[in-house]
Amino acid sequence: MSAGHNNRHSYDGVVAAAPVTVPYERFSRESAHWWIGHALRELGKGAGVTAKEIDGLSVSSFSLFPDTAVGLTQHFGLSPRWLDHVPMGGASGVVALRRAARAVQAGDAEIVACLAGDTNHVNSFRNMLTSFSRFSQDAAYPYGSGGPNGSFALLTRAYMNTYGATRGDFGRLCVAQRENALTFPHALMKKPLSLDQYMDARAIAEPIHLFDCVMPCAGAEGFLVMRESAAQAQNLPYVRILSTIERHNAFPDDPIQLRGGWAMDKDELWAMAGVAPDTIDFLQTYDDYPVISMMQIEDLGFCAKGEAKDFVRSHDLTNGGSFPHNTSGGQLSVGQAGAAGGYLGLVEAIRQLTGEALGKQVKHAKLAAISGFGMINYDRGVCTAAAILASGGVDG
Amino acid sequence: MVDALPPPRKKHPTRRTRVPTLPPMARSRAALFFTAYAARGELRLQHCEECGTVAYPPRDICGNCWSSALHWKPVAPDGVLLAETTLHTSTNIYFRERLPWRIGAVKLKNGPVVVAHIHSDAEEGAGVRIFARTDKSGQGVLFALPAEDTENMADDKALRELTCDPKHRRVLITDVRTRLGQSMARAALDAGAAKVFLGVAETWKPFQDQEALYALANTEIAPLDLADGASVAELASSIGGKVDILINTAQHIRPGSAMSRRDVVTAKEEMEVNFFGPLRLLQALGPAMRARGADGANSAVAWVNCLSVFALSNRPSFGLTSASQAAALSLSQNARSEFAGSGVKVINAFHGPLDDEWSQQLPPPKVAPERFATDVMRALRKGLEEVYFGEIAQDIHERWREDPAVLERELTLTNLMD
Repeated sequence: MSAGHNNRHSYDGVVAAAPVTVPYERFSRESAHWWIGHALRELGKGAGVTAKEIDGLSVSSFSLFPDTAVGLTQHFGLSPRWLDHVPMGGASGVVALRRAARAVQAGDAEIVACLAGDTNHVNSFRNMLTSFSRFSQDAAYPYGSGGPNGSFALLTRAYMNTYGATRGDFGRLCVAQRENALTFPHALMKKPLSLDQYMDARAIAEPIHLFDCVMPCAGAEGFLVMRESAAQAQNLPYVRILSTIERHNAFPDDPIQLRGGWAMDKDELWAMAGVAPDTIDFLQTYDDYPVISMMQIEDLGFCAKGEAKDFVRSHDLTNGGSFPHNTSGGQLSVGQAGAAGGYLGLVEAIRQLTGEALGKQVKHAKLAAISGFGMINYDRGVCTAAAILASGGVDG
Repeated sequence: MVDALPPPRKKHPTRRTRVPTLPPMARSRAALFFTAYAARGELRLQHCEECGTVAYPPRDICGNCWSSALHWKPVAPDGVLLAETTLHTSTNIYFRERLPWRIGAVKLKNGPVVVAHIHSDAEEGAGVRIFARTDKSGQGVLFALPAEDTENMADDKALRELTCDPKHRRVLITDVRTRLGQSMARAALDAGAAKVFLGVAETWKPFQDQEALYALANTEIAPLDLADGASVAELASSIGGKVDILINTAQHIRPGSAMSRRDVVTAKEEMEVNFFGPLRLLQALGPAMRARGADGANSAVAWVNCLSVFALSNRPSFGLTSASQAAALSLSQNARSEFAGSGVKVINAFHGPLDDEWSQQLPPPKVAPERFATDVMRALRKGLEEVYFGEIAQDIHERWREDPAVLERELTLTNLMD
């Protein structure tokens, strides 16, 4: 599958900048419009751009109904000439980035505001599950209505049976992320987590226990995509895009999901970036459940298939460790703000690569891999994406 | 192994009756086909006519060749339980009240992977048998049984949610004067019913085999005249809150067609028993049953109509009986919509001519009432909503499914039946 990259254009001259996070809240009475609007305001303030200068808009959200990105243009007083709505859940961040980058590169837009956000009313999560997708409505939700916990429990079980991973391996990953989260000001989880606490937690849907699950919350994330020259002119720290991949509904014949679309495209990802996995300074995986992070570590090529268990046993995954992973604490410790969860790792990566970490800075962070995973349409996550980003910066 | 379900303890009179809650009811239109087959106990999935792919979940376009020629055909029930989980949380109230709840991913031998409810004895990695049935919301779901029967298998908590097992339940047979009613009473007792209420009109008037019937243990005489609204209301006020399964065995079947009769007297009698009878029952007993759809292990579960298969299409020689049966069938659909949301299933048990006095002059094959009664119990144990017993009923149903208009011509223009 690596043949493709020879035909692909690089993203030279296009950068991502101005990472913003609207601090998460467990529950909110406000709307998704409010949350996404706040992210836009932070973008404007932080980057010094006005509504007139933003001529591209990309939006991801589950709770905007009946609106889409279209409604937000009028709501926010924007007149973009390029508009995108990315309904890909956990893959939204990377997908928004790569689409916006091409728009800017082709001159269809100059500055694209990429925004994701969701509110979380006390009944939002249940309401979203009941109408998440047609296949889910017909063939998953009527079976216990456990939502993603039920689906991921089945594939976690299959993964453990197939590769011999244990709860302790998942626990190691979750505990390290909590340590990272303790220095990240926006994390909803503020207390340390020990492996014993992880192991003793109550069962949610075996083998998934409490600390394998993200906490739904309200929040928003955003960043800008623009020309490198524009970022330099604005004196904005930025990151360069070395490569990206995107794949949907990969391996449909696998009876149960043990791998994702990254496995189809990882050669292209690394070849296009011109770097190897062992040169990466930190990795942001999409961590709706730790088993998915383990799959990404394997399928992106950081270790062989089935060996993520050995990988997490032999690495320190904290920001000061041998393999910094989910450096803000990830969704498992920060919270899952709906579609903003698909931006969390990417926005954090921009901060780390520009030396602007809000929590503990990864030392010499120059090169990062960011990965996304989204949408349990029926029995498995359908959308996968990944990007390799490198530090740019005002001084090149 | 499942522990045998103990007889439910007498309900404390001050305890609130649990309000029925439902599993998710929303489905796409395509999924309603799955439900309709599930209600008949058929496991059918979409087969692509062009490439043969077996598709699930229900869809409108083949995922392999993009054809829309998807036909619902039977699939073999054999599968392997790839992975299972026990849910300890749920966003749905119905499941919350029933946690922990097991689900699993099953690879069908001749089909795709399906998510299913699983029996407590189904083991990960082992073979399972899948079946489709309607759940408490009335929608079709898949359930995985262990490959071989296990002890007390039917008492499994999740399985019992899909079935209407008479075990430990109280059954009202609306008319036991006939061989059909008496067979039904005996079959219900054999199936483990805690009590059988014997519906008898005009109790002072003796009937055949009355003494033997009354001598049966766990029975109670229930004075009930379906043609008399006051009688039905009186019965409802005395046992209305105790009926878990109602089986309407009252039938008025007489030969005769519109022009062969000179007046509407017999037709009125037919309608009185076959249509207004169940209507009175529904109005008097329906609301109480609807309220008890989640009332513990012996909740109200089923409303059974014994219907002539000629409710589907008119049989000329019994033309007016057929008409009243058609009315009764239409009433059952109305009842099903009203019981929706209560967890009580409306079961239509169709039969051809019964081997009784009113079908004396009809040639075989005829259905022995005893056989029909045990088949009704089997349908209850399986939780089916629509069943056709005996060769004639099945034959007529098959023809009706193929094309109701052709069946009408077969019945009226040829000597298919008469």
